[in-house]
Amino acid sequence: MPRLTIDGKAIEVPKGTRVIEAAKKLETDIPYYCYHPGLSIAGNCRMCLVEVEKMPKLQIACHMEAMDGMVVRTNTEKVLKTRQHILEFLLVNHPLDCTVCDQAGECWLQDYYMKHGLYDSRVNENKVKKPKAVSLGPTVMLDAERCILCSRCVRFTDEISKTSELGIVNRGDHGEITVFPGKELKNPYSGNVVDICPVGALTDKDFRFKMRVWYLKSGDSICTGCARGCNIQVQYNLDRPHHTKGDRVMRIKPRFNENVNKWWICDEGRYGYKFHDYNRILMPLKRVLGKVEELTWHKILPEVAHGLTSAKNKFGVFLSSQLSNEELFLAKNLFKDKLKIENVFLVPGSPPGFQDDFLIRADKNPNSKGAEMLGFATEDKEIHAFLADCEKGLMKGIVVFGSDILTGLKEKKVLQAVQKLEWSVFIGSNHNLMSEYASFVLPSATFIEKDGTFTNFEGRVQKFEKILEPLGEAEPEWRILVTLARELGIHFHFDRTEEIFKALVLNVDFFKGMTYEKLGTGGSDIRSMAAPTIPALEQDANIL
Amino acid sequence: MEKLISKYFIPGKTFFLTDYLADGGYKAVRTVFEKYQAKEVIDLVKQSNLRGLGGAGFPCGMKWSFVPQNTGRPVYLVVNADEGEPGTFKDKYIIFHVPHLLLEGIIIAAYANNVHKAYIYIRGEYVEPYEKLKKAVEEAYAKGFLGKNIFGKSYDLDLVIHRGAGAYICGEETGLLESLEGKKGFPRLKPPFPAVVGLFGCPTVINNVETLSYVPYIVNRGAEWFAKLGSDKNGGLRLFSVSGHVKKPGVYELPLGVSLREIIYEHAGGICEDRKLKAVVPGGLSAAIFTADEIDIGMDFDQLRNKGTMAGSGGVIVMDETTCMVKALLATMRFFAHESCGQCSPCREGTGWVHRILERIAKGGGRGKDIETLLDICSFMGGTTICALADGAAMPLRSYPTKFREEFEYHVKEGKCPDLLLMEKQ
Repeated sequence: MPRLTIDGKAIEVPKGTRVIEAAKKLETDIPYYCYHPGLSIAGNCRMCLVEVEKMPKLQIACHMEAMDGMVVRTNTEKVLKTRQHILEFLLVNHPLDCTVCDQAGECWLQDYYMKHGLYDSRVNENKVKKPKAVSLGPTVMLDAERCILCSRCVRFTDEISKTSELGIVNRGDHGEITVFPGKELKNPYSGNVVDICPVGALTDKDFRFKMRVWYLKSGDSICTGCARGCNIQVQYNLDRPHHTKGDRVMRIKPRFNENVNKWWICDEGRYGYKFHDYNRILMPLKRVLGKVEELTWHKILPEVAHGLTSAKNKFGVFLSSQLSNEELFLAKNLFKDKLKIENVFLVPGSPPGFQDDFLIRADKNPNSKGAEMLGFATEDKEIHAFLADCEKGLMKGIVVFGSDILTGLKEKKVLQAVQKLEWSVFIGSNHNLMSEYASFVLPSATFIEKDGTFTNFEGRVQKFEKILEPLGEAEPEWRILVTLARELGIHFHFDRTEEIFKALVLNVDFFKGMTYEKLGTGGSDIRSMAAPTIPALEQDANIL
Repeated sequence: MEKLISKYFIPGKTFFLTDYLADGGYKAVRTVFEKYQAKEVIDLVKQSNLRGLGGAGFPCGMKWSFVPQNTGRPVYLVVNADEGEPGTFKDKYIIFHVPHLLLEGIIIAAYANNVHKAYIYIRGEYVEPYEKLKKAVEEAYAKGFLGKNIFGKSYDLDLVIHRGAGAYICGEETGLLESLEGKKGFPRLKPPFPAVVGLFGCPTVINNVETLSYVPYIVNRGAEWFAKLGSDKNGGLRLFSVSGHVKKPGVYELPLGVSLREIIYEHAGGICEDRKLKAVVPGGLSAAIFTADEIDIGMDFDQLRNKGTMAGSGGVIVMDETTCMVKALLATMRFFAHESCGQCSPCREGTGWVHRILERIAKGGGRGKDIETLLDICSFMGGTTICALADGAAMPLRSYPTKFREEFEYHVKEGKCPDLLLMEKQ
């Protein structure tokens, strides 16, 4: 293990570590543009030049391997002056159009100018003109004048998405990023190039001109788009409804997790956030003979409870793998253990879809593994048997969580069966076919409006937290379950999901030893159950 | 002075196989195959003090000894015939007049480094030399000098000629490798150096045309003889390409260490119309310029480096008193701005910025601190990039305004050439 000193501070790092990473460990700030820990090293921006003892020239810290006895200085006059001038070079042809640039506020040119620049411009020449507002594909816009040619996006498409749509054409200060002829930047991960673009060259069509970034607030969460459970940031605004037409969620950004998604997320997850603000069920609804009535929770829950009680176990429960571990545990406890309902099924909240060998999983539900670990294993024939019973009039009701079983199961029979029932309860956040038929519709929170944990397909248990208040009268499913249980005379003493989780840990071996605290921001893997490890050096807020 | 390579430079004539063999060609290869182990060839070249004549002047034998054998990967030999340095045209002469000399050098170098596949990367603009080279390679294959079991020995060597597409940066060895691999000519980060990780990720020897062309002579006549031809640690002769305001521009084969004055006034016949010498670029456009007072210097790698310039590719560009140094630098910087690959920020932005400042000064739009700005840009452009292009641009950029400061200041202040003024005074 080479031991080196950076600005007088000694550190020992694994062999092969680059000086820039060693410096991060020491919290020594070395600025950079082209370097990205998830990509190959290009060494072209030259911002990270540092002084290394016994070497005549300044060296780029991103490429320089840490060696035993190496003495690195990052704050000498020579380094600071060079840094300032590199920044000056980068801005020679930059249009300085911050006032109309979407990147303003999270631009590394702005940030570094304030930190390392602060010089008076000496440029009296005309700037090189390049294409602006060029559509590279369905998701990304390019402004070639703002580009500093760091080549991060090119390396991303070469090395991560492996789609190689992007390249640099022309030479010198006429160089520009472009898509190869006949191609467009269209791949399942295209949005990531916007995240890694340190300047305003690549902007997100979905987010462009929607909101100045300094108005955004951010919360950590877990993507529910598939079984991977990518770590994300949900960026939202509540203060400027006149800008957002009332939308709260503005964009989704990836959040680094070494064990799950590294720095990346797929476009499906990135752009699939609209359901939080659109098509929501805002009030408990009661449907009698096609007439819909809005009720308060106080009024509707006794009615639902009455339905359940009078059905005397002759009803079915459809749980969804979109529900959290806590909710599934609670539902299992209530319906299977306490009420002794036989027909408790687990159905996928979303039907299976595309899968690749990188992040995207065919299972489009965040908690199928958690459901499996909690003992849910529903076979199709059981559901068919239940539906047959419904048609025969043997069943009185049905409780459906989240899933749109009418379209989800793709069975005309389902509709016929459901219509035969005396009552049906739908608990969900968004309207769908099921909510159009159910006699009771209970509004639930989306995953950013509640706490809980999901278990991803690899068995990593990850915590998500409430970022926003539920819209309208919506409540988290676990709270609905607790309240409904009380109406049925069963008292769960749970006020927070953490309490449910504690109960779950005591009851289900699989989760043994886990606590919310231990899950932290990175989650715990059931296979190792070691404390989650995220190397400090990789946790770079700047990257995301 | 005996001519080695340049004796073949007979206008219009190419020494193809028959002529070359008649002149004793391919004798060195036979000697090597019969008498020497690979390592012995390397030692021979080491002793000869043969320097890399493409520009960097790195000792050739030492370069060869760095190539790791037994890595389980093939070793490639790449011949740099991109000759892009302005003011340099020696390789063109070699390839045009005596392509088989280069091929002989290639075969020996291949043998010394255990290479079975070699590439010649030839400047795209060199159409005629390419045709000659192509024919020579075909002849060599037909004769069994290339291909399987060459010269009847159990040694295979294939040779591929690849034409460049006009980028100066593809003469930089790692830019060349990228280009040869079919990519954009962006120089690579080093380390690893090409000797270890080069073409297609394999150990690679990269040599200039002229360097390899001297190898047969070293084999034929001995390392000691060759070393003695030149100056201290600078073995042999080299081809100086002399251009500009001289009476007899051309390629002159002279010992390393020959004085610049001798090159200009004896071999190249002095300055046109016997005007006064003003400045000389000693080693290709990337070298720092000399004033007329500085030409009493030995033209080898070490002496020139000690003087703050470089021997480079041996391109001597002579400028007489009618030359406007601002315009000369403008032309120089236009070249570098045009040829910068655009990878590193300081070079990409710096060369273009400098070019535009000089353009403005040349047009009479000079401003107060322009010269300071130029020199300041220069000091942050050199030494901060992946390859040496920016260093090459920084050398003239620093030396012209420093050595001809008054002229530059006059330009900035008065917006025109002082030459006219001087002429008025006379």
